[in-house]
Amino acid sequence: MATSEALLRLRYRLLPDRLFGELLTKSWIDNVIPALALVVTILVMIWIVPGYLTVANLTDLARQVSEFGLIALALTIVILSGGIDLSVGSMFALCVLAALVSMNVLGLPVGVALVATLATGLACGLLNGVLIGYLRLRAFITTLVTLVIYRALYDIIFPRLASAIVGSMPVSPTWDLIGFGSFYGLPVSFVIFAIIAVGVHIVLSRLRPGWRLRAVGGARRSAYNAGINVKLTVCLAYVASGLLTAIAAFLFSARLGSTGADTGIGLEISVLTAVVLGGVSLGGGRGSVGNAVIGSILVLILTSGLIRLSMPGSVNQLILGLVLIAAVLFDAKWVKNRGKLLSKVYVSPTYLKLPNLTPPTGTDVLAVNDRLGAAELIGLGAVEGPEDVVLDRDDNLYTGTRHGTIVRFLAPDYARSEVFARIGGHPLGLAFAPNGDLLTCVGGMGVYRVSPDGKVAKVTDETNRSLLSVIDDSRLRLPDDLDIAPDGRIFFSEATIRYEMSEWAVDALEGRGNGRLICHDPRTGSTRTMLRGLIFPNGVTICRDGQSLLFAETWACRISRYWFDGPDKGKHEIFRDNLPGYPDNLNRGSDGTYWVALLGTRTKTFDLAMRKPGFRRRMAKRIAADEWLFPNINRGCVLRVSETGEIVDALWDEAGENHPSITSTCEHKGWLYLGGVSNNRIGRVRIAGADPQWTAHDDYWGKR
Amino acid sequence: MSEAAAQGNQARLSSLLNSQEGIVLVLAVLAFVLFSLLLPSFFSPGNILALIRSVSILGILALGMALVVIARGIDVSMIATMVVSVSWAFVIARSGYSLEFALLVGALFAVSAGMLIGVLIAFGEVAPIFATLAAGSVIYGLGRTFFFTLEMQNVPPGAGWFSLIGQGRILGVPVTVVIFAMLCLALHLVLSRTWFGWQTYAMGNNPGAARITGISNRPMIVAQYAISALIAYGAGLVLASSASAINARLFNSTMIYDILLVVVLGGIGLNGGHGKVRNVILGTIFVGILLNGMTIMNIAYTIQNLVKGVVLLLAIVIDSLVNPRDEQTSQQGDL
Repeated sequence: MATSEALLRLRYRLLPDRLFGELLTKSWIDNVIPALALVVTILVMIWIVPGYLTVANLTDLARQVSEFGLIALALTIVILSGGIDLSVGSMFALCVLAALVSMNVLGLPVGVALVATLATGLACGLLNGVLIGYLRLRAFITTLVTLVIYRALYDIIFPRLASAIVGSMPVSPTWDLIGFGSFYGLPVSFVIFAIIAVGVHIVLSRLRPGWRLRAVGGARRSAYNAGINVKLTVCLAYVASGLLTAIAAFLFSARLGSTGADTGIGLEISVLTAVVLGGVSLGGGRGSVGNAVIGSILVLILTSGLIRLSMPGSVNQLILGLVLIAAVLFDAKWVKNRGKLLSKVYVSPTYLKLPNLTPPTGTDVLAVNDRLGAAELIGLGAVEGPEDVVLDRDDNLYTGTRHGTIVRFLAPDYARSEVFARIGGHPLGLAFAPNGDLLTCVGGMGVYRVSPDGKVAKVTDETNRSLLSVIDDSRLRLPDDLDIAPDGRIFFSEATIRYEMSEWAVDALEGRGNGRLICHDPRTGSTRTMLRGLIFPNGVTICRDGQSLLFAETWACRISRYWFDGPDKGKHEIFRDNLPGYPDNLNRGSDGTYWVALLGTRTKTFDLAMRKPGFRRRMAKRIAADEWLFPNINRGCVLRVSETGEIVDALWDEAGENHPSITSTCEHKGWLYLGGVSNNRIGRVRIAGADPQWTAHDDYWGKR
Repeated sequence: MSEAAAQGNQARLSSLLNSQEGIVLVLAVLAFVLFSLLLPSFFSPGNILALIRSVSILGILALGMALVVIARGIDVSMIATMVVSVSWAFVIARSGYSLEFALLVGALFAVSAGMLIGVLIAFGEVAPIFATLAAGSVIYGLGRTFFFTLEMQNVPPGAGWFSLIGQGRILGVPVTVVIFAMLCLALHLVLSRTWFGWQTYAMGNNPGAARITGISNRPMIVAQYAISALIAYGAGLVLASSASAINARLFNSTMIYDILLVVVLGGIGLNGGHGKVRNVILGTIFVGILLNGMTIMNIAYTIQNLVKGVVLLLAIVIDSLVNPRDEQTSQQGDL
């Protein structure tokens, strides 16, 4: 038994199961498979084709990649907009014709020839764009028809000029440079392609036109409703496609200097294969320049390799078709199932053994009583989700709500309330700074500061990125509670870096240390992570020595102490473990004690489940989330612990009707105020024998 | 005739004239009259028969395409299936097997190719256009690599009955035309009288609703593509019989666009869910008149392609103007 548990513990410590789910959340995961396929293909080609790695071969390949890649970029832009452009092959042929007629037949300068070629591409693209963007024709059938039309034009014009094109050679160093020159060993055309690819990448990923394009392709209706000019965006995508194809044609003409009857025939299929193989999704909105480039290189390596192996053209066609089918199939299944797979594997439970708990007996300090059963209720039905409560020096009561506001209940009877500040996210932990500013941890946003006149300012919303974390942990996801050290530093806990505010309870199923303790220093404005790997760190409170703090680790049912200053700086030890429930916020109390809110009590069932990660994994995979076994987070109690961690008192609501769910406490002038993250009320009870003048302000910062 | 019935007829007539079908009908009649007046050799029984015969093969192929398009699909692999299955059958027949056996093998190949495409679309959930585009390339590559090497495959000698399909006449009417007519009748009966036909329309109208209603979309899709492949094979046999050979290069020609031209011009919307056999006939006749007229006028083949392309483009534009799509109801990924 012990050995098997030790093995289980070892297995969950050593095998990072969570990485799979975290990798799936990354957007670059779409590119990994094409990139791997590229590497494998290159290795296979080097292996089976003799002399593959020669300079001549690579230079030739680079020139082909620049022409083919530009057309792939063209198609990528169109597919990103949610359409498709099958006419690229015929457009390419027409543009080649325009370039060669300008150079060879008319003898125009290179610049004019370039303009003529671009104008041809622009006209072709514009026709597609107007038809598909403004007349709302179907992209597939329309470009199929323009493919026929452009091809027919080419077939009509080309035979009449074929001999003229072949008959004369232009004398132009620039033309030859584009076709055959190299720049530091790289073909000029490849340099041109690289510059254009980087430019398109920046436009697509960093600039507004690119974002609009992706928006239109990803969710056309939403883009329309968001006020994006959908018709113009779609039209411009086809125009861009025409222009890029024209540039490709220009490079091709400069390289070959002639054209044949079959120029561009079947090009659309190979480019489409390249783009889809590279990972551009046919549904629109998903894909990048990187995808297009990877796919182009892949397809070119495949086809050129087959040619070098002297395979007939039909084999080429067969293999390209098979690759296209495989790529489209993978694309369809991947887009459909990625989210499903992610939701199945993201929850990654691990082994967590809690110490045995003996149930309280009749005389035990933990025995259930009914002291909260008589709690007075404040703001019943008027607040939603008062996670934390705090009082100012004038006895007014503050709490955050689910609606993203901080509400103030006015002393002395707390019957009237007003919205003190609007934050925008659910404020969790609250604490007063000595100057009267209210600091709050806002779920999903960060740490914010509210001045006494209600002005909201951001304190911090990010910390240092850890080196080896797959998910981006620099952004604060779920800052939970905070406290302020005597020197003004703000210490706050982030409960988990793997879940958002709305699904915080799912973190309980993992039992892993996903949370951290973070410090913000207002003197330098820096935010640093102090401790990581904490199991749902929740309440934070500075100890009275001013050099250490206590923080609760909810799912581990323990309170730990951390020295941030003084001779023991950096020390981290357990203050009190094996609590009877899940500790939430910690707050100072009178007589040198601390209040601990237990948001729920432990159950033997869930403790057992925490030792069975395989069970929890199966549960998360196979059944719906609302049927999962969760810890009890509905009925808790309030504990009072001494400076040494002894439980000296417990307050329960025996009937469970008045105030059973507690996430925070605040002692103020003989009363204990109670908050609960899913409550619709704030409770308060009188503490027998407490100092009627004690306030947290005086305890922290001295008497006013 | 009562007044109400007359009004109903009038309403039907005006709605017909406003629809694309009506426009094409008027255009077809106009083209016919124009060509008859301008081209002396156009309006003769011999030419009319030749016209119908020459477009019959196109019409047969369009019947297969129509079935798929009505179910909101598209099959651009038909030509590949046609040339490869027929060529392979001829190669088998020439290598010593009986022609009947060879034709059976060809049919089996066509059907299995169609079923595989259907499986890819139905179970692989690949958009039909991409699936058939890629499949066309695969089928052709497969055929040229493994089944036959020559582009031209002549009809095997010693099969007199086979040449009757393309060259014979029944009561003076070419067999080709009779086959087209019979296939039209058969598809018409299937579409309008059988569960299969009704479910095809339902799938084209709203695939999601059809599935919820209990229609087995996936087997239906497989069946539709298998049928269209079989029809393509049949058209290939007719073509081979009338020309005494089949040319694999047809795969690289614009024939597939001609088929789409017939279907779209006839008024079968690419949105799926509507269209009848009479639309195919109408489209076939219009394209036939167009092609025949241009051929008589001695217009070059390349210019004919241009004219066909422009006409098809205009047809699509009119289709989109008659049945506009708006931003709120158009579907994502609807190419």
